[in-house]
Amino acid sequence: MGDTLFDKVWQRHIVTRQLDEALIYIDRVLLHEGANHAFRSLAAMKRRARRPRNAIACADHYVPTVGREKGLAGIEIVENRNEIAQMERNAREQGLTLFGNEDPLQGILHVVGPELGITLPGMIIVGGDSHTCTHGAFGALAFGTGSSELAHILATQTLWQKTPKRMRIVVNGLLGPGATAKDLALCIIRAIGNDGGIGYFIEYAGPAIRALSMEQRMTLCNLTTEAGARGGMIAPDDTTFEYLAGRPYAPTGALWEKAIAYWKTLATGAGACFDREVEVDAARVAPQVSWGTNPSQVAAVNDVVPDPLDEPDLMRRETMQSALDYMDLKPGTRLSEIPIDRVFIGSCTNARIEDLRLAAGIARRGHAIVPTIVVPGSRSVKRQAEEEGLDRIFLAAGFEWRDSGCSSCTCVNGDIVLPGERCASTSNRNYKGRQGPDSRTHLVSPATAAAAALTGRIVDVRNLTEI
Amino acid sequence: MAESFTRLTSVAIPFDETNVDTDQLVPGRFSKLPIGPGHERVLFHDRRFLTDDLPNPDFIFNKPGYQGAKILVARRNFGIGSSRESAVMSVWSFGLRALIAPSFGDIFFNNCFKRGLLPIRLAEGDVDKLFAYLLPRPGATVTVDLLEQKVIAESMSFAFDIGGIQKMCLVKGLDEVSVTDTYGSELIAFENAYDAEFPWLSAQLQDPVSSTRS
Ligand code: SF4
Repeated sequence: MGDTLFDKVWQRHIVTRQLDEALIYIDRVLLHEGANHAFRSLAAMKRRARRPRNAIACADHYVPTVGREKGLAGIEIVENRNEIAQMERNAREQGLTLFGNEDPLQGILHVVGPELGITLPGMIIVGGDSHTCTHGAFGALAFGTGSSELAHILATQTLWQKTPKRMRIVVNGLLGPGATAKDLALCIIRAIGNDGGIGYFIEYAGPAIRALSMEQRMTLCNLTTEAGARGGMIAPDDTTFEYLAGRPYAPTGALWEKAIAYWKTLATGAGACFDREVEVDAARVAPQVSWGTNPSQVAAVNDVVPDPLDEPDLMRRETMQSALDYMDLKPGTRLSEIPIDRVFIGSCTNARIEDLRLAAGIARRGHAIVPTIVVPGSRSVKRQAEEEGLDRIFLAAGFEWRDSGCSSCTCVNGDIVLPGERCASTSNRNYKGRQGPDSRTHLVSPATAAAAALTGRIVDVRNLTEI
Repeated sequence: MAESFTRLTSVAIPFDETNVDTDQLVPGRFSKLPIGPGHERVLFHDRRFLTDDLPNPDFIFNKPGYQGAKILVARRNFGIGSSRESAVMSVWSFGLRALIAPSFGDIFFNNCFKRGLLPIRLAEGDVDKLFAYLLPRPGATVTVDLLEQKVIAESMSFAFDIGGIQKMCLVKGLDEVSVTDTYGSELIAFENAYDAEFPWLSAQLQDPVSSTRS
């Protein structure tokens, strides 16, 4: 019986076992400004980073998306400026691989790693951020953790772990026109629940997954944490190899050949066993819109806001009711009638070049009637978009073209949604207050977000004729 | 961390509340404070103090009989909410060493071990009995025996479960990094074999490669 992709990567990284845990070797650790706590723990242990270049630090959460030409000193929110400066000092002092505020390669860490070819199949990657699971798209085993564990990794390049259970989600068929990886991911979270993945590592497989581009695979894996799972991964294939070839930090020459030969052995073998199997039909995935306050509370764009009274489980019914109260929505309202006050196109879920192309394709058809910001996932994405002329399309349509960072995904940089406002957002979390106190978030794909900018409401992009 | 945890007898505070979240343990505005000496001040700050210097006499920590307590008994879902490790640190700096409850916030529970604090999950009925014993007797003591995995109060004794590595770290007074260090030679052997098998990984990132970098 064959091994799973997960097991092949996991087992090759076991340094030793002790009692019920394994000491696993960590190839790369990803840090952002929040890692300052981990640096303090490291200093308290009087330790230094064991393999400093294998730690990648990015300034992303706290960076402003306007006025970046003024550099670090120009950042107006003093606390943010200090946290970024502190992180950059720590990273330089330890000799880490740093992409700081002013670096031409700066961006969100989950965008920068893959696009530079740092993320490679077969790696174990751990980050101080739950969306580290994005990197699973390459057949890497990737997950997020807290600051003590980050310090442990920095000091030892390892981590003690219990083995998680394995789940396989097989996506059959192909996504229809107008449906994206974001819509597929939201459908899956709705199907298994926002806690359905707790204790599991997920492998995505099947024809629909094989047909996804790398960017779409990253979007899908990015949202795995919203189902409660530690991470999700996809077996590397020709799509993966084509994406990686020629990237700045990808192997070249003989090493490339050697790497490919190894990567081809990683796919799950026939007859491998999973603790849970789920099947999804891609052809039935419509564009999705979240109506509630966690990413499992979503529905198809042509559907209505559900009625808590139809929910038999008492606890879930109460959760639904409280979400509807917060979102100020009535059961039975058509999602395509919900007015939108603001649009955010960005985040590590949906701010790569393909996402921006998709949004620009809609933007060129009209003019924004609500405030709309486009925040590229990295400076590299921004440069490429400008080479392709996407910035001019956005600007002509009245969208703001910003500098890269996490921005309105978590809003700690100051890009907040105002109290009571409804934001159509391509990010990954719609928790109460996530985009600012009393903000209301509707999670959507880049296409649906751009269409909301033009119409001031949620629309079904599959029949967008009425602009 | 050098403190070893084997057996502890101490005054126990019966903290009769469910869902004590990390925002109560350490109000959000303190979470950027460096974790270090003086951190005990922030524990339950907004409930423990009326003003910055004036203790709230009605808060159980400030009542007679509970000074110097090292054990806290609480109800369901202790430490739920944000993952901030300052919550665990403030509990530890205050002097508490063992927490007993029917359930804990997941991240909080794991963070405890990283800082040398022992969280104990006991059956709800057993916790009820502890409350019934402690509430009328301020200053009463409880014993936590980690080696035997038992909580003892007067004639009552309750067994608890704990993970192997977690128990070893506490008993030997090791942090996980020191445990890992005991595998230093295994790690070096692993790394040598690993680097040889995957040369593209050890070569990656050694030099900045992009000409666009400053
Ligand atoms: S974009 Fe959002 S989810 Fe992604 S790393 Fe930044 S804050 Fe986290």
